[in-house]
Amino acid sequence: MAERSAFSVRTIPGFSAIAIFCFVAIYAPILILVTFSFNAGTSLAVWEGFSFKWYVAAAHNEQVQSAALRSLMLAFVAAAISTVAATMAALATTRTRHFPGRTMIYAMINQPLMIPEIVTAVALLIVFAWVKVVTNHTSMIYLIAAHTAFCIPFAYLPIRARLETMDDSLEKAAADLYASRWHVFSRVTLPLMMPGIIAGLMLAFVISMDDVVITEFVKSAGQDTLPTYMLGQLRRVVTPEVNAISTVVVFAGAVLVSIFFWVSSNRR
Amino acid sequence: MDLPEDAGQLEAEAVRRDTRDRWLMSVPALMIIFLAAAGPLLVMVIYSFLTPGDYSGVKWEFSTNAWSSILVQRDIFDDTLQWADAHLTIFWRSVSLSIITTVLTLAFGLPTAWFISTRPPGKREFWLFLMTVPSWTNLLVRTIAIQELIRAEGVINNVLIFVGIIDEPMQMMFTNFAIGFGMTYVYLPLMVLPIYAAVEKLDVRLLEACYDLYASRWHAFTRVILPLIKPGIIAGSILVFVPCLGAYVVPRVLGGGKNLMFGNLIELQFGAGRNWPLGAALSFLLMVIVMIALIYYIRITSQERKDG
Amino acid sequence: MEAQAQVPVSDADPTPPADTSDPAAEIAIDARRISKVYRGEDEVRALDNVSVTIARNEFFTLLGPSGCGKTTLLRVIAGFEPPTAGTLWLNGKDITRLPPNRRPVNTVFQSYALFPHMSVANNIRFGLEMLGKPKKQIDEIVDEMLNLVQMQAMKSRRTSEISGGQQQRVALARALAPEPEVLLLDEPLSALDLKLRKEMQIELKRLQHETGITFVFVTHDQEEALTMSDRIAVMSAGRILQIGSPQEIYQRPAERFVANFIGESNFLDATLSGNAVTFRTGGTYEVERPADVEDGAVSVLLRPEHAILSSDPSALPATVETVVYSGEATSIHTRLDSGEALKVRVPNAPHSGGLPEQGAPVRIGFAPGALTVLKD
Repeated sequence: MAERSAFSVRTIPGFSAIAIFCFVAIYAPILILVTFSFNAGTSLAVWEGFSFKWYVAAAHNEQVQSAALRSLMLAFVAAAISTVAATMAALATTRTRHFPGRTMIYAMINQPLMIPEIVTAVALLIVFAWVKVVTNHTSMIYLIAAHTAFCIPFAYLPIRARLETMDDSLEKAAADLYASRWHVFSRVTLPLMMPGIIAGLMLAFVISMDDVVITEFVKSAGQDTLPTYMLGQLRRVVTPEVNAISTVVVFAGAVLVSIFFWVSSNRR
Repeated sequence: MDLPEDAGQLEAEAVRRDTRDRWLMSVPALMIIFLAAAGPLLVMVIYSFLTPGDYSGVKWEFSTNAWSSILVQRDIFDDTLQWADAHLTIFWRSVSLSIITTVLTLAFGLPTAWFISTRPPGKREFWLFLMTVPSWTNLLVRTIAIQELIRAEGVINNVLIFVGIIDEPMQMMFTNFAIGFGMTYVYLPLMVLPIYAAVEKLDVRLLEACYDLYASRWHAFTRVILPLIKPGIIAGSILVFVPCLGAYVVPRVLGGGKNLMFGNLIELQFGAGRNWPLGAALSFLLMVIVMIALIYYIRITSQERKDG
Repeated sequence: MEAQAQVPVSDADPTPPADTSDPAAEIAIDARRISKVYRGEDEVRALDNVSVTIARNEFFTLLGPSGCGKTTLLRVIAGFEPPTAGTLWLNGKDITRLPPNRRPVNTVFQSYALFPHMSVANNIRFGLEMLGKPKKQIDEIVDEMLNLVQMQAMKSRRTSEISGGQQQRVALARALAPEPEVLLLDEPLSALDLKLRKEMQIELKRLQHETGITFVFVTHDQEEALTMSDRIAVMSAGRILQIGSPQEIYQRPAERFVANFIGESNFLDATLSGNAVTFRTGGTYEVERPADVEDGAVSVLLRPEHAILSSDPSALPATVETVVYSGEATSIHTRLDSGEALKVRVPNAPHSGGLPEQGAPVRIGFAPGALTVLKD
């Protein structure tokens, strides 16, 4: 039996072609960038053979080393602090009737998402410049504070989502079985909300690693992160070394995000 | 409910304690955000009413010059007021490029969202995932990828020359085109997601009904599909328009020094231009515009949730 | 789905219906050997070689349990599902490949599918506008339709602001407005409560009569089918088991499934020989012998209301097990000496008394012609 040509009500002529083009177009530039990171020559346009030399060069570049380390350290610290703060805030704002000020807490936590990055960056520059002059203190504390602040809403989202799907009857059952408040939290609530916390941690980490605008305005001299280092390099002659760093950054990010999706979709 | 006399009072006490505990739990997050995000915005507003310092920073003298100089400037020689043409050009570029980008992402994003929502139910997650992953990867890296595509010695020029369509490289970098192209690429997923959510809610039987009533493909699209997914389109448009207006990285990398947008104009006041109060005023202006758009967005999406 | 191959169906009948010129040209829909197969992990045969003709001006009902293929057949006629095989003719034209928006056929959807972003009147206008009718004429027809379904007062309401029964009327008016050759109704009354459903049944009959449009009605409710239809097709597992008038379907069901699905039934095992059957309890009775049943073991249908308590010695001996009073009638559940259960339904007269008690021996008789031999 042969299938007849179907008139599908869900078909709109040309839409599939445009969609496929979009999916290709979204990945093609990244693939080209990755490809030329393996170029043996110095060109970003002419293929001269396969080589790892730009990765080796990047790995041996002291500026890259210190920027990468600083980025990782900053992301770890900011993600950890923001996740703890976000977890507490999520516990406070979910699974409850409306209490006075709840909307305000929501608004405040999501505030960094509502403001263009450049605006926050400028505001931080103004304040931190003044603090730096007054205290003569220029450690990483400013970057950590800024990153932690804009990471909080990203960490908060998955944790809150997780909590809202959680049934509080399990905690009631634990209390019924003589668990103290602390034990209810540590033995039941915390393990149950762990997937949300892990997802929040990863999201915060990725967001911190990716930031360039706020970091660019807040950093003191010699505090380049990987993104601000790359931004600085773009003003000079670009070599595939930037591609090599980009490739590593993209893959690390994609892996983390994939794990994030996997964690948040699997354990529902 | 059958409760003893003082139950109301006890309960009120318990509610008060619960509310206090919840506030205490939220304090660390609120403090960090206040110190390193929200609070500085207030200081910024104050700065916008001060006088620029000689080299950088500010002098603590009240002035509204920063605000007036957004639109007009005093001629150095004859002291007359003139429109701040440089600013107006940049505002116009910001707005028009943001609108063009929004329209382009809609033109590409709507079919993509439709495509994803017409996949078999088990496979939609996969296509959505495919669309979302790049938007979580580094914005700067994606901008660099576009730069390499459109540079004079980039892939597009090389291919066009190889095929013989052009003889010498087209100048695409450092143009408005480059900025629009880059922003469309970078912000496309922000358009796809809300439209997808709207299309997915669309009842297929309504489409059957309109084809049953003799609608052509065109009429089905314009008379039934578009009106029904309009909230998704508006939401997506705001989600794209807002970051375009405040874009900094894309115009800096792809637009170069000449094709500034709003964000770059702000930066300029803290670098070479050295007019902190003007920068603060511009920032505040951008923030207000964005807030208005986002509040509108929140109202639409919460309205949707109520209806659907 | 966009790129599906257009392969002609080899076993399709390319000739137009032979009876286009004779009086039977009053045929509106002619479905010929339609099959619909859903391929997936396991193949589902939703329609299996279904052929049916529906006359112009007819109220035709597709009746069957859920999953029997009745809605699939309706969707094939509407043009939403391309048949895997077979051809579909409308007024002598092959419309198998015509998309739904070019078929002069309209559907009243089970969920009504009213456009939520349009008013009542604009929903009714929609089809007329798509057909490109002049505005003046559209206004007239919309007005006429609003009157027809008594929704004039609600015309500028949003469809979400009116009740289920009113939505039903709007859906009807919207489908009737373009004056389709055939109106398809997919369980349109199933969402209404009983009282409203009864009203709408009469309303639908009235509308069909007034408009003179062919109605194809899908339902799983046998009572609805019997009350409304000119003819009924009983479907099961993708096949049409029997087509006939309500009387034929009820009184002379062709198969046990049909008898069981429509009304209450007693089935008795018997042996067929010539024009007579012999029951297991004994007793031989004359029957109308169906053409395609051979001599030997058969099932015989006896409707409970066609059985009577009798004193005739030739009637079947049985024992009363339960007596159930239900207002207009009483059901007497009995057991024959053969062990088979038999239900007798006795209408309640104003001063009826003398019903047998539990455990009492009775004899059960029936009028001539009450027995139907079934093919099994």
